[in-house]
Amino acid sequence: MNRIENAFKNKPIFMPYFPLGYPDLDTSIDVIEALAQNGADLIEVGLSFSDPLADGPVIQKATQVALEKGITIKKSLAAVAELRKRGVTIPFILMGYFNPMLAYGLEKFVHDAREAGADGFIIPDLPLEEAGEFQTLVGDLPLIQMLAPTSPNARMESIARHAKGFIYLVSVTGVTGARTTISDGLGDLINRVREHAKQSVPVCVGFGIGTPEQARQVGVLADGVIVGSACVKTIGESQDPIEAARKFAKNFRDALR
Amino acid sequence: MKTTLFPTKFGTYGGQFVPETLMPALIELERAFVGAQKDPDFRREYEGLLASFVGRPTPLTYAKRLSEKLGGAQIYLKREDLAHTGAHKINNALGQALLVKRMGKKRVVAETGAGQHGVASATAAALLGLDCVVYMGVVDIARQEPNVFRMKLLGAEVRPVISGTQTLKDAINEAIRDWVTNVSDTHYLLGSALGPHPYPTIVREFQSVIGIEAREQMLRDVGRLPDAVIACVGGGSNAIGVFSGFVDDELVELIGVEAGGSGIASGKHAVRFGDATKARVGVIHGTRTYVLQDEDGQIAETHSISAGLDYAAVGPEHAMLRDNERAFYTSATDEEALSAFQTLCHIEGIIPALESSHAVAEVIKRAPTMRKDQVILVNLSGRGDKDLNTVIKELGTL
Ligand SMILES: Cc1ncc(COP(=O)(O)O)c(C=O)c1O
Repeated sequence: MNRIENAFKNKPIFMPYFPLGYPDLDTSIDVIEALAQNGADLIEVGLSFSDPLADGPVIQKATQVALEKGITIKKSLAAVAELRKRGVTIPFILMGYFNPMLAYGLEKFVHDAREAGADGFIIPDLPLEEAGEFQTLVGDLPLIQMLAPTSPNARMESIARHAKGFIYLVSVTGVTGARTTISDGLGDLINRVREHAKQSVPVCVGFGIGTPEQARQVGVLADGVIVGSACVKTIGESQDPIEAARKFAKNFRDALR
Repeated sequence: MKTTLFPTKFGTYGGQFVPETLMPALIELERAFVGAQKDPDFRREYEGLLASFVGRPTPLTYAKRLSEKLGGAQIYLKREDLAHTGAHKINNALGQALLVKRMGKKRVVAETGAGQHGVASATAAALLGLDCVVYMGVVDIARQEPNVFRMKLLGAEVRPVISGTQTLKDAINEAIRDWVTNVSDTHYLLGSALGPHPYPTIVREFQSVIGIEAREQMLRDVGRLPDAVIACVGGGSNAIGVFSGFVDDELVELIGVEAGGSGIASGKHAVRFGDATKARVGVIHGTRTYVLQDEDGQIAETHSISAGLDYAAVGPEHAMLRDNERAFYTSATDEEALSAFQTLCHIEGIIPALESSHAVAEVIKRAPTMRKDQVILVNLSGRGDKDLNTVIKELGTL
């Protein structure tokens, strides 16, 4: 059983997002370790890009800070390797935009990511139509497919049929960022995805989830709950980011039990 | 999965590198466009507005004194500066706004650099009764202030963009973020031959009127095709519009002029085709093309005296035309553009946009090397009223 399948043994799972290099590289490594040790089941490790068009203000700002402090793909992959050396065993999904990966060299990027201990990729600006080349390079490492409320049935079906690892269901139309309420149609949307995915891959929900209570509500419906902006904001604004990460993970973990 | 009606790529360039949320909107847009192209009523309405509202066809002007002064080729100007709102941008804005009506959407968002596309979008929205929000970097708001007032007068909301480098690329980011959030009732009225498919094709088709008219006018008024067609290239819409009229005429040279800023060696420019160290094929704003970037794939800051050319990527069809050598690309510096701006003012009585002045700068370099019986067609993409603040700052009081 690979690390991702293993992570889904006790559903719903908690999947925080955090960008490497924010507020600085060393702290971000410690934060991710703390999240992992305190209840995160899988971590979306953010790779920064100058033009993150699918992100709201919180993640825009954090990744811009990371870039100003000199984060690169190379340093990010070294950080993933460092986390593995520290004994973190939960899956890491690298989440970033396509251009920095292209610049690094796709083949080399996939190779080095695998060596570092990454378990898969999420690339918001690489829809199925454009994913061919990357998909042949990754082999058994999944390129996580995203689905959105706007995806029509036929499209949902062909994407869900190809899905590996898990499906990332974007719960709202929009950019990343916490919302005050969970949208009413979420249950129906999840059911629609499950029908097409034929139960074979887990369906995880992200975008807009900000509080443990919201996570609990979503966790009733989905196999996994992805928390990005709220995680970045809470930890980034704290005087003691490592302690904040511990608390953050525990709170969400408890809410999902 | 094949979901589009016609090819999404120009050779290896172009494509649809966008979040999944937007894919259905792109598919819908392509359908609406293909339907509209085949619909005589749509064409009639569009062409009617181009004539009665935009004032097309725009004239072809023989630049007699400029030709004499340079002593070489005869120079003709395609006068997009005389189109309503003062630039070619209206051709595309109006076409897309009609598509918006066809799709039943009520709201448009647009990005703008020089403000010309913002003004064109605001104008088309006012004409057709659509809500319009224009995103504009605060750096550009400062240097193109007259256009900000015009947009507001036309009823658009101008939202200042403070993220990133606060110029055109960041305005595009914000427009896309708005679009992805409000996609059910909102259309992204993209202003250049950029972005994900079908935009580069749609924008080219709506701008092709420039090339179609210019070719007819050349044949009618001059009795021959030009030896060279010259246009400035920001995202590439005015250039692709005029080029498309001549691309099948193999003997007509097509020349695109990028913004040389302070010179390629200075690093402060927007020369996507001419800077071997910073320009590589990459993906930005949904399309695969030449992009100015650092070695880690972060998009580079660009510089140009003209806001409309100040962008890190170039339209994907230009990337193809460059690779297959159908078109040739060069650049003009800020200084050369300013000098060309003054020349055209003084000896032709035309105040060109700073963007268009880059094309004129190439004419000034090239015409003297050509014979007197040769002909250059230059696309004068817009007028320079919007640039007076910038020019006064650069030249001091005249
Ligand atoms: C007058 C004028 N010319 C040219 C451009 C550059 O755009 P494009 O390359 O799409 O024609 C602009 C853009 O704002 C413009 O206002």
